[in-house]
Formats: sequence, structure tokens, C-alpha cells
Amino acid sequence: MFDLPLIWFALLFTALFLYVLLDGFDLGVGILFPFAPSDECRDRMMNSIAPFWDGNETWLVLSGGGLFAAFPLAYAILMPAFYMPVILMLLGLIFRGVAFEFRFKAVKSRFIWDYSFHFGSIVAAFMQGMILGAYVRGVQVEGRSFAGHPFDWLSAYSFMTGVALLFGYALLGATWLMMKTDGITRDWARKCASYVLGYVGVFLAIVSISMPIMNDRVRHLWFSLPDFYYLLPIPLVTAAFFVLIWRDLQKGAEYRPFFLSVGIFLMGYIGWGISLWPWLVPFAVTFRQAAAAASSQSFLLAGTLVILPVIIAYVAWCYYVFRGKVSEEGYY
Amino acid sequence: MFENLDPVVFSRIQFAFVISFHIFFPAFTIGLASWLAVLECMWLATGRPVYAVVYRMWVKIFAVTFGMGVVSGVVMSFQFGTNWAAFADKAGNILGPLLGYEVLTAFFLEATFLGVMLFGWNRVNRGVHFAATIIVTLGTLISAFWILSANSWMQTPQGFMVAKNGLLYPTNWLQIVFSPSFPYRFVHMITGAYLTTAFVAGGIGAFYLRRDRHIKEARVMMGMAMIMAIFVAPLQLLAGDVHGLNTFAHQPVKVAAIEGLWETQHGAPLTLFGWPDQKEETTKFAVEIPRLSSLILTHDFNGEVRGLKAWPRDERPPVPWVFFAFRVMVGIGALMALTGLTALVLYLKKRLFDTRWFQKWCIAMIPAGFAAVLAGWIVTEVGRQPYIIQGVMRTADALSPVNGIPVAISLGAFVLTYGVVFGAGIFYIIKLIRIGPEAEADVYGSHGVKKPALLTPTVSKDEGQHV
Repeated sequence: MFDLPLIWFALLFTALFLYVLLDGFDLGVGILFPFAPSDECRDRMMNSIAPFWDGNETWLVLSGGGLFAAFPLAYAILMPAFYMPVILMLLGLIFRGVAFEFRFKAVKSRFIWDYSFHFGSIVAAFMQGMILGAYVRGVQVEGRSFAGHPFDWLSAYSFMTGVALLFGYALLGATWLMMKTDGITRDWARKCASYVLGYVGVFLAIVSISMPIMNDRVRHLWFSLPDFYYLLPIPLVTAAFFVLIWRDLQKGAEYRPFFLSVGIFLMGYIGWGISLWPWLVPFAVTFRQAAAAASSQSFLLAGTLVILPVIIAYVAWCYYVFRGKVSEEGYY
Repeated sequence: MFENLDPVVFSRIQFAFVISFHIFFPAFTIGLASWLAVLECMWLATGRPVYAVVYRMWVKIFAVTFGMGVVSGVVMSFQFGTNWAAFADKAGNILGPLLGYEVLTAFFLEATFLGVMLFGWNRVNRGVHFAATIIVTLGTLISAFWILSANSWMQTPQGFMVAKNGLLYPTNWLQIVFSPSFPYRFVHMITGAYLTTAFVAGGIGAFYLRRDRHIKEARVMMGMAMIMAIFVAPLQLLAGDVHGLNTFAHQPVKVAAIEGLWETQHGAPLTLFGWPDQKEETTKFAVEIPRLSSLILTHDFNGEVRGLKAWPRDERPPVPWVFFAFRVMVGIGALMALTGLTALVLYLKKRLFDTRWFQKWCIAMIPAGFAAVLAGWIVTEVGRQPYIIQGVMRTADALSPVNGIPVAISLGAFVLTYGVVFGAGIFYIIKLIRIGPEAEADVYGSHGVKKPALLTPTVSKDEGQHV
């Protein structure tokens, strides 16, 4: 009755986007961390994400766990294929995650946890970007398992996508800080956002151009009529978002740039999803081939349909509870 | 030389390492969350500030421990894929949804409401804050429910079929979620977690009493901990015994390894201590109590207990690990019950809080729960070997298509990272203990800032002072 694999594909696609978006801004705060003008700024930055980071990271666990549950074959192929970047990402997440608690307990050694937070965030973000780059280039599969080399993920291209994601997350982080802080922290965040915005545009253009060049199917999809016209709004809207952010940054708007950055991520993400459809392990296994048993997918779906709206409701409530700007107390 | 590195061995060591490290944190936070909920409840009910002060001290320790539990737990959710992909592929239909439910029903709940619990003191009213504490507590228990359900299914699998392509397919979800060993394992683990926390709290309380510091708060800590030791420690021995009978029914080879019993016997003795020798298939220097093993396991002095030789060599677990770990666990369990008994006697003599040697003893017992939990998991996990899913899939067949070098490197990286990061965590927890409970209204989440971390107060002034 239901097209279970398709529903699960859509759910996971959404969950991964929520991860990229939510952990994106707090990883971005980590990326910008040591460049902030003062220790007080850093305290504010940390406080602006402290109540949320744990929940944000849970979307990663949901994406990983959901992939295991709904598409075990894809999970079993992709994890070994990206063994090293996944492990490095996890180690990065450890170093940044513990910093939230440790840096406020430390006095003399606080700088250690500041750097642990910064470099952990950079490693995690960079590895996610590298995985993304390696993923779009395709994964070698034989039978039901990964058949490539342990270093297949490492290439100039994946290095470039790693750097690209660093800038992307930095933009999310900077616009988040504009929204959640004021005074010199906000002004500094605005400068950061203006600075990284251009890089984000350049990298997004490179990725958008390189994907059709590398893959015939992707080229065919984007540059054949009438698909070209259907897909044209994606780059156009993205370009419009860039222009709007730029103008907002000039004018000093505090809230809209964050949501426009989210819009840019959403557009890029949709474009990426359309390009790779229907592959879950590009270009070897489709989401239908990787689907778990129908009874497994429906068993989990029954609960998910009830629980996921509740989760979204209380997560939203949590953001509502911690609304407003982080305290400026301390600027005396 | 590096071509010969065996990815199976390194993957096993890596998994054992990351999961052993991880289990310390949930073992502590499950109990601590429940205790914090009780403390906040007592504070709201009685209005006595001492409970709030104790809450404030331990919620900081909870936050540090929980943070470490989260980051080491994220690692776990990827290990199945990175290192045990063949297992993930074969059993994904069954274990995937169980872990999926854990994320959906527990992880989000814990992560989101933890934020409110730690930082929400000036932004929500007391009732909502208490609700957040309760929800976090529920989250820890729900999380334990699903992960123990998954683990129990791997111990005592049922409700599935093996398809022609070798994959496992679910046939009955109720049977999968509630596999035969699950209820026993759940009760045993939750009780173990509660006792672990109780002995930490009790030991810290004793430490303050010994130093004549924070007397009021220390009495709350030690008093509540000893209530657990008096009533729950004996129950845990009972729960463990029932769990053992369940294992005897479903995984008899594990019990044979626990007992160090090689020959199948009627009227099997209970080996108190000895040296099991896997090669020579005998337990050396055994100190035995005749017929007791048969009596415990079959409730009959002459009941039959199968020995390890009833199984081929390649079906037996590594006996010494199981044998010794079991004795560590039971030994600590007995010491905990003894502590409870002593506490009861001292309490009746009205000497519970000022007996110096007992304070020393309680301080020595601080790590006891952790050691027992770890030993217990070694018994049950090593005792299942050589299988990853009892009778269905061998651990050696579960591996990812990875070669030895990356796994050896990642293992090294994990050891180094965990050593540094969690070493620091323990250091900061000890620091928090040294500072001790603070009476003034320094509040968690203010992070040294005298005002709340976020502006826009949403609660009226008289509600502002909060735990």
C-alpha cells in the first residue's frame, strides 16, 4: 500500500538535512571560535549553543541509525568505504563535544579546551565535506560489500569539498551568532559572514559545475530539455539568496541572514539530491535495492510517524525557551 | 609485516575498548538521573534547601558524565557499520529498527530536555524544570530498554527466519523485542546502574564526613546511598541469580564457562576459585563445594550440569575471561550487600554517620559499581563467543571488508583520544567533588557569569531562584 522505501528515503533525506543545518551552525561557531575578539565573546558564543548542541548531534545519530534500520545494505557498504573519514569525524566530535563542559570547569587549561573545541569542529566538518565529495564521485561495490581501496575517499576533489563545507558551516555559524548575540560579538560575526559569503558562493559554483562534468547522467539531467527549465529555479533562487544576504549584511539585519543561509543550504542540498537520485550508494545501489525487509521498515515507520512530530515539537519548544540574545553581562 | 595484521583481532579489541569505555557513563548516568529526580522531588515537597544544594552539585557531575556518554555513544552507533558491516547487512532487518527506536524515543528526549535541565533554571518555572528532570530520567531508562533489547536478542535470538540469501528476516516483533533473556538483563542492568551511582554518592558523602565538610549535604548523600545498599544490593544478588538460571536455560555453554566446569556431571560442584586451563581442558587448583552448582542451577543435588566438553572446542568461549570476570562481579555484589548490612547495624546503633572505619570503607567502595558492571558485561559478552548472534552468526564472519592497517590506526587513535579526553573528564569531576556542594546561589549553566546565560527572563522574580 505504502511505498515504504520511498517514504524512508524521504525521511532520511530530511533527517540528514536537519543534521547539516543544526549541527552546521554549532560546528560553524566552533570553526570561528578562536578568531573572536575576546574571551567574553567566546563565552557568549559557547552559551549560545550550549543548550542545543547535544540535540543537534542526535540528528547525526538518527541519520546513521536510520540508515542502518531502513537501508542496512547501504550502511554496510558506505561505512567501510568511508572508514577513516568517519572515524576522524567521530574523534573530532568527541574533542568538541567535551569542550562544552570542560572549558567552564578549567581555569589555567581553558585554552586547551578552546582549541579542542575549534579543531574538533574543523576536523568533523572537514571530514563530512570529504565524505560528501567522495560520495558524489561514487563507491566501488562488489556483491553486497565495499570493494574499493581504503584510501578511495582521498582525492583533490574531496579535499575541495571539505574546505567548501568548512566555509558553508562558518556562514551558518556567523549568521547564527548575528542572531543570538549583540554588541561587539554581533559586529564581528557580521564581518565574518561577509568574509565567508564570497567563498561559499565560489565553492558552491565549483561543485555545481563539477558534478555535471564528472558524470554524464548528471549532465544529462540538468542540461536536457525540458528538465533544464524545471530545475532552473534552483540555481536562480540560490543566487537570489546570496544577493539578499549580501544586502542584509550591509544593512545590518540580524535575523534574516541566518534563514537565508539555511535557504542556500537547502537549495544546494536539493540540487545534490536530485543529481544523485535514485542512488543511495552512488552509482551502484539504489535506495530500493538497499531497502530493509518491508516488515522492518513498517515496524519502525509506525513509531516514527507518531514520535517524529512530537520530537519536532519539543525541540522547537526548547529553542523557544532559549530564545533571545545571549547575555552581554561581562562587558564591564 | 603489516600485511599480517588481522582486522578481526583489531576490530574486536577496538569494539571491546570503545564499548567498555562507553558503558561507564550510562552505568553512572542512569542512576544519577533517577537520583536527581528524587532529590528535586524532595526539594519541591519539603522545601528544605539542602536537597537543592545537593542537586546543584551533582547535576554538574551529571552534565560532565552525560557529555562524555554522548560523544562515546555517537561512536558506538557507527561501529556496527565501519567494522562489522557483514553483521550489519545480515542482521540489519532486525537490529536496525531496535536502534532506530532507541534514537527516536530516548536520545532526542534526553538531549533536548537536558538543555532545559541544565540551563533552564531561570527560564522555566519549577514545575517545568522538575518535568525536564523526570523526562531526562525516563530517557535514560528508555534508552536502556532498547539497547538491552537489541543485546538480548543477540544473546537469545528468536522471532526471525534465515532467508535463502543468508539475511535474517523478522517474523515476530514482539518475540524479537522481548527475547527470553531481555527482562532479566534489563532488571539486572538497571539495578546495577542504581547501585553504581549509590556507591559513588555514598562514598563522596563519606569523604566529606571524614573531612568534617558539608555535613548536612554529606548526610543526605550517604543516607540515601545506604538505603539503596540496604534494600537494593540484596535484591541485585537475587536478580543476578535468576538471570543466571535464564542463561543456564538458553546459553548453557556460557554457564559452563562461568562455573569452569569441563565434564558433564550429575551433582556438579560449585567452584569457588581455580585456574581454568583452556588447552588442557581442566580447572586447576579448584576450591569446590560439592553438589552446590547442581543445586543452584537445577534445584536438585543430583541435577545434570553440562560441562564445556559437551561442546566442540570451536564452540566454547574463552573460559578464563568469563570465569574470572564472573567472580569479580559476584564478589563485589556480595561486598555491596555486606556494606548494606553493616550500614543497617550502624544505623540502629545510631553510629551510621560517625563511624570512621565505615567512612573509609565507603570511600574505598566508590569504584566498586563500575568494576562490577564492566565485569558483568565481560561475562555476558565474552561468554557468547565465538558467536556475535548466539548460534546464528560467528563474530569472525561479521567483519567489514577492511584491512588491518586502518583498523590498527583507528584503534590507536581511540585509545589515545579516550585516554586524554576521558582522563580530563575524570579530573574535572574530581575537581567538582573537591569544591563540593555550594550553598550560595551559583547556578548551573551560568558558567561563572553572575546572571543567567541568556537574556530575556521569562519567569517572575520570586521563581527565579532555582536549582
